[in-house]
Amino acid sequence: MSFPVLSSLIALPIVGALLLLVVRDGDRHEEVIRRIALVVSGLVFAETLLLWAEFDAASAEFQFVERYAWIPSFGISYAVGVDGISLFLIALTGVLTPLALLSSWESVHTRTRAFCMFVLLLESAMIGVFVSLDLFLFYVFWDAMLIPMYFLIGIWGYERRVYAAIKFMLYTMAGSVLMLLAIVGLAWLHYGATGRYSFDVLEMYALTVPTNLQFWFFLAFALAFAIKVPLVPFHTWLPDAHVEAPTAGSVILAGVLLKMGTYGLVRFAFPLFPMAATFFAPYLATLAVVGIIYGALVAMVQPDLKKLVAYSSVSHLGFVVLGIAAMNTQGLQGAVYQMLNHGVSTGGLFLIVGMLSDRRHTRAIADFGGLKAVTPRLVAVFLIVTLSSIGLPGLNGFVGEFLILLGAFTWDPRFAVCAATGVILSAVYMLWMFQRVNYGPVTDEKTAALADLQPREWAVLVPIVVLVVLMGVAPNLFLRPIEPSVQRIVDRLQEAAPAAIQARDHVFIP
Amino acid sequence: MLLLIPLLPFLGFLANAGFGRRVAKSVSGGVACLAMLASFAVSAVSVWRLTALPALPPGARVVDQHVFDWISSGEFHASFSLRLDPLSAVMILVVTGIGSLIHIYSTAYMHGERDAEYARYFSYLNLFASFMLVLVLGSNFLVMFVGWEGVGLCSYLLIGFWYVKRSASDAGKKAFIVNRVGDFGFILGVLLVYGRFGTVDFQAVARAASQVAPETAFGTLSVMTLLLFVGATGKSAQIPLHVWLPDAMEGPTPVSALIHAATMVTAGVYMIGRNAVLFSHAPETLSLVAGVGAVTAFLAGTVGLVQNDIKRVLAYSTVSQLGFMFLAMGVGAYAAGILHLYTHAFFKALLFLGSGAVIHALAGEQDLRRMGGLRKELPVTYWTFVIGAVAIAGVPGLAGFFSKDEILYRTYAGGHTFLWALGLATSLLTAIYMFRLVFLAFHGERAQAEPDSRASGLRSPELATSDGVARQSGEAAEAASPESPATVHRHVHDAPPAMALALIVLAFGSVVAGYAGLPHALGGSNPWERFLAPSFEEAQLQPDAGTGEAAGGSERGELALMAVSSVVAFTGIAVAAVCFLKRRDLARAVAERFPGVRAMLLNKYYVDEIYDAAIVQPIRLVSEHGLWRVVDARGIDGAVNGVGDSVWGSSAILRRAQTGSVRAYAASFFLGVVLIVGYYLW
Repeated sequence: MSFPVLSSLIALPIVGALLLLVVRDGDRHEEVIRRIALVVSGLVFAETLLLWAEFDAASAEFQFVERYAWIPSFGISYAVGVDGISLFLIALTGVLTPLALLSSWESVHTRTRAFCMFVLLLESAMIGVFVSLDLFLFYVFWDAMLIPMYFLIGIWGYERRVYAAIKFMLYTMAGSVLMLLAIVGLAWLHYGATGRYSFDVLEMYALTVPTNLQFWFFLAFALAFAIKVPLVPFHTWLPDAHVEAPTAGSVILAGVLLKMGTYGLVRFAFPLFPMAATFFAPYLATLAVVGIIYGALVAMVQPDLKKLVAYSSVSHLGFVVLGIAAMNTQGLQGAVYQMLNHGVSTGGLFLIVGMLSDRRHTRAIADFGGLKAVTPRLVAVFLIVTLSSIGLPGLNGFVGEFLILLGAFTWDPRFAVCAATGVILSAVYMLWMFQRVNYGPVTDEKTAALADLQPREWAVLVPIVVLVVLMGVAPNLFLRPIEPSVQRIVDRLQEAAPAAIQARDHVFIP
Repeated sequence: MLLLIPLLPFLGFLANAGFGRRVAKSVSGGVACLAMLASFAVSAVSVWRLTALPALPPGARVVDQHVFDWISSGEFHASFSLRLDPLSAVMILVVTGIGSLIHIYSTAYMHGERDAEYARYFSYLNLFASFMLVLVLGSNFLVMFVGWEGVGLCSYLLIGFWYVKRSASDAGKKAFIVNRVGDFGFILGVLLVYGRFGTVDFQAVARAASQVAPETAFGTLSVMTLLLFVGATGKSAQIPLHVWLPDAMEGPTPVSALIHAATMVTAGVYMIGRNAVLFSHAPETLSLVAGVGAVTAFLAGTVGLVQNDIKRVLAYSTVSQLGFMFLAMGVGAYAAGILHLYTHAFFKALLFLGSGAVIHALAGEQDLRRMGGLRKELPVTYWTFVIGAVAIAGVPGLAGFFSKDEILYRTYAGGHTFLWALGLATSLLTAIYMFRLVFLAFHGERAQAEPDSRASGLRSPELATSDGVARQSGEAAEAASPESPATVHRHVHDAPPAMALALIVLAFGSVVAGYAGLPHALGGSNPWERFLAPSFEEAQLQPDAGTGEAAGGSERGELALMAVSSVVAFTGIAVAAVCFLKRRDLARAVAERFPGVRAMLLNKYYVDEIYDAAIVQPIRLVSEHGLWRVVDARGIDGAVNGVGDSVWGSSAILRRAQTGSVRAYAASFFLGVVLIVGYYLW
């Protein structure tokens, strides 16, 4: 048996968190605590890179699979594996966690040890979600992830942090309860078909779910994921959570947690219930397109920087869902790629907004103005990340957006036409914000005294800029390993398409 | 080899963006100029080698360079590859040649900036050139789009170069967003191209399109080309997306010359030329292109008549001349359209740089009503400017005459009499507004500030900003800024050597450039059309439509039309001379006679106001007061909180468990985990 790479990826942050328990809390040890956490998350990142290096890009199969029986009487196992879709999401988690820790270096001073522990535990849970091949295990990680996030927002957040944390928790729980029901239902169905329980995803893929049940199960899964994405109208937890979360929380929330929803759609909801997916795809796409436009319009009028970025996420994630709903290679591949892009770009935006609010102790756009003359380097990086977010070709955002539009256009041009208005709107809200923050005369003497980027901040932002450019110029580096796994799902969906069309005509509509 | 052409300016950009703020102006400016000149040299060599290739069969005179595979997904492939053919050859020579001159000119023009700002300026300028070269060399739609958006970005940055000034950053943002509206169409057009032909490579698309019969009704190809044309109207400032270009004059004047006159704004024309086969198969779109071009040319010309800001006159003139190019494209006279693009690049860059020299000499003054009599003080500027004005007016023998006449002739010969009349009227307007400008700025007496100059809201923005920047940095800006207009007018100085050099070379070009397109009717052989033939012959649907004679004209007819337009040009100049040189009261009397018309023209037909009232404000209001505060906050969130509150109220007992202590939470969580795990293990 070879080295359990994935288990060690999950375990490493937990070990790090336990290690922190040994160190005594308190101001004097703060530096040590931070360094330990940073080193651990750095090791995790290094291991994700190794994973990528060892990954066979030509294969659509799950790799590095580990499987141990956990609760055999219910067919529950500890099964983990990685394919092209999860590979880079794991790497994204790996790269964003140390950056999030670094970003809080000077802004978090209370209960530093607990903070670092929660961040590390969160990392474990996130990696767990992406590698789970067992639905029960997936569910455990899915819910486990909520707890550290809840505390990160609730303890280290801004003024209305408790409200935001509870809202975040309740929203997500509401969806995941339904998902749990569907998961149990699937296991029971498997029992009916084969005489034994199973929660294994691969075995579930082989299962033929009756059309009626597909509809209900799909709805349960889709709702849980739609809340997480979030799709309009399930999105109102997001602005609050983002605004109240500390920078590190926002970065991880936007960068990784939101991808859980779209990842769930790609990994579970669509391939498990292909007929229902085909049936519901136009409705999902409609919500996605509404989200693209709605998110952009609401983002445009936000007076708060963090809220603006939060609503822009609603818009961007709409693109991802649209690509998934298109159910073809370009759409789905673009969607997976756009998840990564959004993680990098929006993560970057939150990092920058965090630096601004650390400096000026305000997030109101109106309080800024004229930063370019004061902090030219910070503004230059800000510009690059802004441009990546509005999809300038040559930077990362364009590749994902274009592939998604291409996929959507091949499927149904009407969706592509509506979604493409997002191209205009994103430029409107981002550039307007950028202008008010960075251009014009310096309006406040507090602004005039701000310092430009510090070495620690360079260390946070350089990886973001490198990724923004690399993923824009050489997307094939990432698209190639993603493609086989995506293709497998597309094939699976297309196989079911004729049956789905038949089903649409005479089977039940809920 | 081809890659070097855009790469060299890009390296210049990297150098100046990285280290520019730490070096002297001579170094940062020198690096930028060298990068451009080197790129020009490589371009010239590449074009020279290209001409050595055989012109036939179609597709033989082409140099391809595959750089790397860019985006692959399923069957979709887009590589980053460059392609040189006669059409892109013209473009790279214009971009690098005129670009180099403008870089050199800028070294003197921008000398008053601080070192860091100076380097920032040149880094943007180099980056622009690099993207523009990618745009014209790209061998497929996606690579073109990289350049297309890249030049838009640089335009945004350069228009807003003096970012402290609100109007500058507004103008930059407006340019970007209006262009994005065009891009919306462009992207959809590209998607449709891929959907229809399964490729985004220009050559492959053209080959596939030439296999199908031209559309007789409004079909897929018409939709496709129409969407692409929407992109072109954004980039090339055609109605209804022309509104950003006049505002773009907020940028430094050399930027206006390079980006908003000679190169970037012609990208839309180039794009249609690049896809000539596609457009030829969609006659419905083509006639729309011609119509939009002609109407834009005319309306922009009328607005140009009354503007008082020297750069705004030139801006409307550019919109108008771009309209001419679209008219040419629309009537299928692709080579003529590109010829006008090429000649226009010379004289319009010259006029802008000349106006820059005036502004520079007057320390930021841009209002024509406060100029006058500069002829003696600025001889180099004056004479080169007059050459540019004569060239654009269409006086026989200079560059503008050949290209504009070819367009008018082909329009007439194609049977578009109304469009031809519109074009001819525009020629008249062109001559009038250009010589109005010449007479107001250079002749007569220097007028001191007229009382209404403040009321009309015109400022001298360049002065204002340089001041602002200087104050901010605490340094005294050298040449152009701190003096007040009143003192400055006493020491007016002509263009310094770097600026004069650019003016003289461009003036020379404005005279001779047109001879490349010397028509048969004047005993020439139109080498221009022969050179471009490999790029356009597949787009000529009738076998010998390219020469014009077959399209219903004759050499005699062509000569007659030339005579007509020459008379028109001279008439325009004469009208301007009467109204603005001999009897200025006459112009005022006319203006007072028709106050409504004057107000409408001064306010540019109120297009900005209409857009603001019909689009911008409604979207803002609905987004803020409808979507955000009502739907989001009260509707969805209200419902969520309502559910939350009712649950909250009924769980007063549970609330006691909410101790607020993390330790308590963590302990209970841990306990729970232990219980669950214990249960299963047991």
